[in-house]
Amino acid sequence: MRTRTWAPYALIAPTLLLMAVFLVYPIASVGWFSLRQHTVTQPWKNGFIGFENFRRMLFDDPLFWQSLVFSAKWVFVEVGLQLVLGLILALIVNETFIGRAVARSLVFSPWAVSGVLTTGIWILLYNPSTGVFQQLAQWGIGDPGTSVLGDPATVFPATVVTELWRGVPFFAILLLADLQTIPNDLYEAASVDGAGRWRRFISVTLPHLRDAIVLSTLLRAVWEFNNVDLIYTLTGGGPANQTTTLPLYVARKAVDSHDFGYGSALTMAGFVILLFFSILYLRLSKFGSRA
Amino acid sequence: MTQTLTRPETIVPPPPAPPRRKKHRDPSRFFRLHLPLVLYLLFTLIPFYWMLVFALRPAGETALVPWPITFEHFDTVWNGIGFGLFFQNSLIIALGTLVTVTVFALMGGYALARFKFRGQRVFLLALLCTQFIPGAMMLIPLFVIFKSAGLLNSLTGLIIADTAFQLPLALILMSGFVRNVPVELEEAAMVDGCSRLRAFFAVTLPQLRPALVAVGSFAFIGAWNNFLFALMFASKQDKFTLPVGLSYALGEFNTDFGALAAGGVVAAVPVVLVFAVVQRFLVQGLSAGAVKG
Repeated sequence: MRTRTWAPYALIAPTLLLMAVFLVYPIASVGWFSLRQHTVTQPWKNGFIGFENFRRMLFDDPLFWQSLVFSAKWVFVEVGLQLVLGLILALIVNETFIGRAVARSLVFSPWAVSGVLTTGIWILLYNPSTGVFQQLAQWGIGDPGTSVLGDPATVFPATVVTELWRGVPFFAILLLADLQTIPNDLYEAASVDGAGRWRRFISVTLPHLRDAIVLSTLLRAVWEFNNVDLIYTLTGGGPANQTTTLPLYVARKAVDSHDFGYGSALTMAGFVILLFFSILYLRLSKFGSRA
Repeated sequence: MTQTLTRPETIVPPPPAPPRRKKHRDPSRFFRLHLPLVLYLLFTLIPFYWMLVFALRPAGETALVPWPITFEHFDTVWNGIGFGLFFQNSLIIALGTLVTVTVFALMGGYALARFKFRGQRVFLLALLCTQFIPGAMMLIPLFVIFKSAGLLNSLTGLIIADTAFQLPLALILMSGFVRNVPVELEEAAMVDGCSRLRAFFAVTLPQLRPALVAVGSFAFIGAWNNFLFALMFASKQDKFTLPVGLSYALGEFNTDFGALAAGGVVAAVPVVLVFAVVQRFLVQGLSAGAVKG
């Protein structure tokens, strides 16, 4: 099987090419830009400025720290809730009941919906004049004219619920796939030993799911950290930058103020943070050590 | 006294045991299964229903079950705002990405699963590392690349960008699928005089049909839903995709909820249908071991 050694290289060549041009080169270029003053609207000022962008980021930019803190809060709350609810949902639709196939298709379906469309749907639900809260107020529940996205007290939970709607199915699908690989003998053996339902879950199901949980949590944490579509369209980072994440801040620097140099420095900060926490997480969870 | 009374019950099998084996007689099932399932279904479906109601209800009405329904909002977005064209753009991009991602992932996945080559570990590591690269944060350098390559405002450019960002994960998934097809089948065909290529097409490829469906639909849905690249790299209205069109509808037609909802239905129907069909393959394929790579 291993005679013509050029074959695998030919097969991965298109992937390598695309990765080199659209992933590796951009990272290198972000690194280079981060050391430069580079604003599209003021090209005469462009030039190498060393670590000035990073100094500005760390010491002169409260919005950087604010967006970082919000990013951490967003990832922690979103991924935690998605994992717990996704696991519960996976356990439910793993049971045998009539109409299971239909139920699975329905509860998983928001996974296929884009962030922008999710925003569109939930704006219809949240809008103060014809949304669900207006409807509830008509039935005597709550106050009419509640604007959950405009009120600083409710904008965070409202955004979290919106992303949960789309995010829980991701965990449910991955965990359901792994649940189905658990041999039934394990449960039968545990039952014979007198283990109840809860005990079987703790000592059979959870250990078996461990690697899938670690991997899906990590992937999801990275994706939620980088999630821009939904927050950008739902709140735009507001009110008063309250829901601005680091990537959203970068996107705004790039799109609105065309400050490519400073935006690149922010991006480098994002890279380092993601890399650091990913390695830390994989170490702490001893991923894959279960042979 | 009580001990002597209970003792015979533990020796003789209790009569109510056989009916309990019928699962649906178990009363705890209602709280464990049916109640949470119904609650979650409501959480999932009420937003979809709300959108449908807005899309089919004449402007200004508030009925929860609209009747008679109207298609005026669909006419507005499809012909008036141009969602017909956005739909076409999205479809071309999604289908193009589906083809390129599936073909390249199949080639690369086969190489990873069936060959041992120098640099294999580095390649695999690089693929995994790409998952940590935030697409949103790459907008600046990508914009520069796209501009110098003349790929701005082009559907081909968006297909290339979507392919580049989806290919690594698709390739990892695909290599897991290929590994699950017994290599002996292929070797037997080659012993019988088939070339490797012929053996692949005759023996392995047919076994990979569910994998192709899963990876292809992933790519289709991902490209159909991509927002940021389309927003950044296609600023001319005749190159808008559905998410970009929707995002403008969110801003511009802030009061026209009927149009927003109708646009949403147009964007949702294809992916939700595709997903409903392939959802089964997806779970099967992932549980066949692809999750663990």
